[in-house]
Amino acid sequence: MNRVLRRVELADRIVQLDVEAPRIAKKRRPGQFVIVRVVEGGERIPLTIAGADPEEGSITLVVQVVGKTTTLLSHLSPGDSILDLAGPLGRPTHIERCGTVAVVAGGIGVAPLYPIAKALAEVGNSLVGVLGARTRALVVWEDRLASVCDELVVTTDDGTYGRAGRVTDALAEIASRRRLDLVVAIGPPVMMKAVSELTRPMQIPTVVSLNPIMVDGTGMCGGCRVLVGGQNRFVCVEGPEFDGHQVDFDNLIARLNAYKEYEQESLRSLAEGHRFAEGSCRLSEEVRRAGS
Amino acid sequence: MPDPERPDDLLRKADDLTPKERLSLPKQPMPERAPQERRRSQEEVPLGFDEVHAMLEACRCLECKAKPCVAGCPVGVDIPGFIRLVRKGDFAGAIAKIRECNCLPAVTGRVCPQETQCQLHCTIAKARKDPEEAVSIGRLERFVADWEREHHARRVEPPAPPTGKRVAIVGSGPAGLSAAGDLVRLGHEVTVFEAFHKMGGVLVYGIPEFRLPKEIVQEEVDGLAAQGVRFEPNVVIGQTVTVDELLEEEGYDAVFLGTGAGLPMFLEIPGEHLIGVYSANEYLTRANLMQAYAFPKVDTPVVKADRVTVVGGGNVAMDAARTALRLGAGEVTLIYRRSRAEMPARAEEIHHAEEEGVRFLLLTNPMEILGDERGRVRGVRCLRMELGEPDASGRRRPVPVPGSEFDVPAELVIEAIGNGPNPLATSTTPGLETDRKGRIVVDPASGKTSKRGVFAGGDVVRGGSTVILAMKDGRAAARAIHEALSGERQPQEEVKA
Repeated sequence: MNRVLRRVELADRIVQLDVEAPRIAKKRRPGQFVIVRVVEGGERIPLTIAGADPEEGSITLVVQVVGKTTTLLSHLSPGDSILDLAGPLGRPTHIERCGTVAVVAGGIGVAPLYPIAKALAEVGNSLVGVLGARTRALVVWEDRLASVCDELVVTTDDGTYGRAGRVTDALAEIASRRRLDLVVAIGPPVMMKAVSELTRPMQIPTVVSLNPIMVDGTGMCGGCRVLVGGQNRFVCVEGPEFDGHQVDFDNLIARLNAYKEYEQESLRSLAEGHRFAEGSCRLSEEVRRAGS
Repeated sequence: MPDPERPDDLLRKADDLTPKERLSLPKQPMPERAPQERRRSQEEVPLGFDEVHAMLEACRCLECKAKPCVAGCPVGVDIPGFIRLVRKGDFAGAIAKIRECNCLPAVTGRVCPQETQCQLHCTIAKARKDPEEAVSIGRLERFVADWEREHHARRVEPPAPPTGKRVAIVGSGPAGLSAAGDLVRLGHEVTVFEAFHKMGGVLVYGIPEFRLPKEIVQEEVDGLAAQGVRFEPNVVIGQTVTVDELLEEEGYDAVFLGTGAGLPMFLEIPGEHLIGVYSANEYLTRANLMQAYAFPKVDTPVVKADRVTVVGGGNVAMDAARTALRLGAGEVTLIYRRSRAEMPARAEEIHHAEEEGVRFLLLTNPMEILGDERGRVRGVRCLRMELGEPDASGRRRPVPVPGSEFDVPAELVIEAIGNGPNPLATSTTPGLETDRKGRIVVDPASGKTSKRGVFAGGDVVRGGSTVILAMKDGRAAARAIHEALSGERQPQEEVKA
């Protein structure tokens, strides 16, 4: 169950895992996510599904190392199993033909964005893509996104690749010369906020995929609630996608940081535990970096 | 008259006690951990009877012919029958007697509201004109269930001849486990699907360790597995697989939905988005299922706070308040908008919470949760209430006192104001009738829903209710499923049509 079939290091601390999950592979639609728990005593975290192969019975997850759970996930090798994997959760993306769609990815937001983009292209939309990353080494899945877009602009914050600047700069430029009927933006909350702020005055419908802290992922705890249009909405069952113009991103960001100090403590205890057990190993080195 | 101070003497004569003598025997006390010791500990609060105290308590039962206690038991346990066996020291016989009707005795012996069920009708209590004086049926049930576990005396029943019929149970809470237990005994192939990674439903995510140790739930689940029940965690019915797919593609002949009341309500007041506001479901799930009390040994944290307020007056509110103490809170205040008399929590839970130092702020309604500049909770703005005319529930309606606002300082607010039924399974099952609150509509006697082959019970039908009523529903549905599957007509026609 939940066996890792393949592991690909896409970039520094970004790992792609193809995981055996036949039921989920058959059922999932673009936009949906899974909840994973890696070890006994581990926490449950949501990860958006980045792809699936129903014939092989596998799903693709792209993991960026940010805390203890993602550190443990990134160290799984082919043959290892993820202890618990539940899904597909959330509502699938609403896919329809609406004309020209800008698909905007920030960092590893490209992983969940790609299957959505592919589905949008398949129903006859023209796609223009924007793929932003901090630096060249962190640009992943450019070829995949390019394969479904008429045009793809890559941006890096430091100018080491593509255009220098933010995704919003590129998107503004594209919007000045092309009519956009829909924007789908997935990435860090600050990036989705910036995109939504940009498209609001242009009145371009904008869909964002939210990534709050979750426990069960089935509507049972309400921990993932966000303010959308002033109302409490449960991302796990009513989302993860919402109208970006209605989302209270500042609150989402604050709630995402609610456990920051606990997460650091968790990472520290992992690093110390590992040093104690195995001396100075690669894992503890990465954990130290992730925790710093 | 035997001397109650000399237990051996009394127990020797136990068979010959007259009703008058039984009536005069004192109720046996059950030891509890002291409030100061337990308020920071996850250890169970009541310690349980030992063998002698259990037998002495059993001597109090009049074994009256009318058995009013049995009528008060939702699952109809032969209470005088099992108590008689306890009195004789035949604990194995006693637990077997209970298990005829109740597959989770170690659970119900702890969490059943006996004071409003079996014990309410006890003849001793009536004769003594004091409900507190009823025979301690729940404690005796707990004793024999614990005895069975501690002595590894669990009997694995010989399996019934296989019927070749397959039943899917959705949800591993008390309703699902009861249904599974009965159906597997009847020879059906039973699979329990659970959304979480661990079996037990509300017994593991909701009810705290200090009230129901999780190893007890695990033992019950293991016992069912030994009988042949298959358990599949991490399957979210409605998402991973739908009910229709279970029936049409996965070859199940019937489905029982026991998905519980897993959709928390919020007060819908300003400030609920602040950091430090939890639904009781989330707080308890973090603390119980995810064992946040052991953080950082486990990875799931819960926001620690010195001052905690809990909103609500039910058992869940008591559980949340007592959990907050155990997670290190210095001051826990429970805010309830009606008066103590209207509190839906069990008297024992209210009593335990008070003993441990939970402060009750009654006739008080939260208006707004106040935050600091970092988006964290700093307090709750409240309004005093007074009781007006009775409302639809028959309880006097709380009415705000104008101009009575005041603030309660707190860093954590836990809302325990009730749950709705979780809609994931129901909303993805065409042809399944639900009411306006999202509860599945069933025939109460059989758990039959509007959809052929689909049965339901527990909180997804009742809204927030009790473990024992969920178990009753599970058993009733198991009987109805069995009848449907073993009917004269081909089960395919009978159930699925």
